[in-house]
Amino acid sequence: MPALGADMSAGRLIAWRKQPGDAVARGDIIAEVHTDKADIEVEVFTSGVVEQLLVEPGQQVPIGTPLALIRENGAAPAPAPAPAPSGTPAPAATHVLASPSAKQLAAELGVDLGSLAGSGPGGRIQRRDVEQAAAAAPAAPPTPAPAPTPAPSAAPAARAPEPGEAEDRQAGMRRAIAAAMTRSKREAPHFYLGETLDLSRAVAWLAQENLRRPVPDRLLHGVLLLKAVALALREVPELNATWQGEEAIRSDSVQLGVAIFLRGGGLVAPAIHDADTLELDELMRAFRDLVGRARSWSLRSSELSDPTITVTSLGERGAESVLPVIFPPQVAIVGFGRLVERPWISAGQILPCPLVQATLAADHRVTDGHRAGAFLTTLQRLLEEPENL
Amino acid sequence: MTTDELRDTVLRMLGEIAPEIDPGAVKPDVDFREQLDLDSMDFLNFVIAVDQELHVEIAEADYPRLSTLDGFVAYLGERLGTPAA
Repeated sequence: MPALGADMSAGRLIAWRKQPGDAVARGDIIAEVHTDKADIEVEVFTSGVVEQLLVEPGQQVPIGTPLALIRENGAAPAPAPAPAPSGTPAPAATHVLASPSAKQLAAELGVDLGSLAGSGPGGRIQRRDVEQAAAAAPAAPPTPAPAPTPAPSAAPAARAPEPGEAEDRQAGMRRAIAAAMTRSKREAPHFYLGETLDLSRAVAWLAQENLRRPVPDRLLHGVLLLKAVALALREVPELNATWQGEEAIRSDSVQLGVAIFLRGGGLVAPAIHDADTLELDELMRAFRDLVGRARSWSLRSSELSDPTITVTSLGERGAESVLPVIFPPQVAIVGFGRLVERPWISAGQILPCPLVQATLAADHRVTDGHRAGAFLTTLQRLLEEPENL
Repeated sequence: MTTDELRDTVLRMLGEIAPEIDPGAVKPDVDFREQLDLDSMDFLNFVIAVDQELHVEIAEADYPRLSTLDGFVAYLGERLGTPAA
């Protein structure tokens, strides 16, 4: 069971995506697990063959508990497989491509996922597909409940709806956020530096760029900010790190956490991997995909476990500045306030300028104000040359 | 497409972009972003859906006209030549 957040202690297995004998490649999704913050797709980090599943759907286990045995390519088979876990046999895994929230809702509403065509990427069934199917289905007649009979197929048994489930999920997310933020404020001595960034050139460049792009390829100004942060970390790499034990370990790649608010409340901050190496188009696609999956509860384990720094942006709404709290075990977070137009002196003239307040919260065990200031200065310089991002 | 059909189409697309919201509860004259907590990514997805489904390419300069349901429907009506209801 992977650790998918600073204060996650356990997770519940929802379903297996692979079965013993299935070949898996690094990055494949092998299982779905439920945590306080989200339902997560668990990836494998080696290529081989699934030998044994060690945890049954529905079981809650502590982080670090082996979920399955995978024989790496070229390795000899295990000499004597351990006996299957006691208890009821695990139901056969479904191979329907669906988001965790869609599966959960389907189970609650009694919708057969196998009968649906997904509207998501690659035909993936989304929550809305289940809702539409449920809405289209005739209402069940109010007949007396018959004696329970076994399900005719090996499909996982539908989980009975649980009253207050949405509230439970919200409460779980608040608990996870509370634990992580409390730990951060207790353990990491924060300091803050702020800078007003003039986005005149970036905004003008973006407007021209979007004019020539088809609608689906348009960029958001937030993507320029993400890329600028990712590149600025190359010059101040000590901010791109995680605190482990008694020291900060720098990351040699930028796994850029992006804070995404969820409409029901709460937020998650999954990673865009190797963000500094992505072209703006690639970064925009990754960002769009991540936001969509975060809000449909279908993030992957590495996206929650990998961030080495986080960016939180209030976009076009909200306050003009944000003083964020570092997500442990990271050592820094960058906050961007709302984009505003204000009078600004440039080359001796007062002009209306699009401005954004950038705030860096950093861990004083790791760096100091001078270096943090250099990071913000680098951000401004990068955003003055948006064509080079 | 009539104005009513346009309105239904816009609400359906909105429901697909933000499944958490109830399209039936959308107030026609209140800013989408304020009442539905839409962000810039949602709005871009909205514009992309209109482009793909109705084949109306919306310029960024026109975004301010699309801030409410009434405004969005009126704008699409103009672009599609829909007679006013």
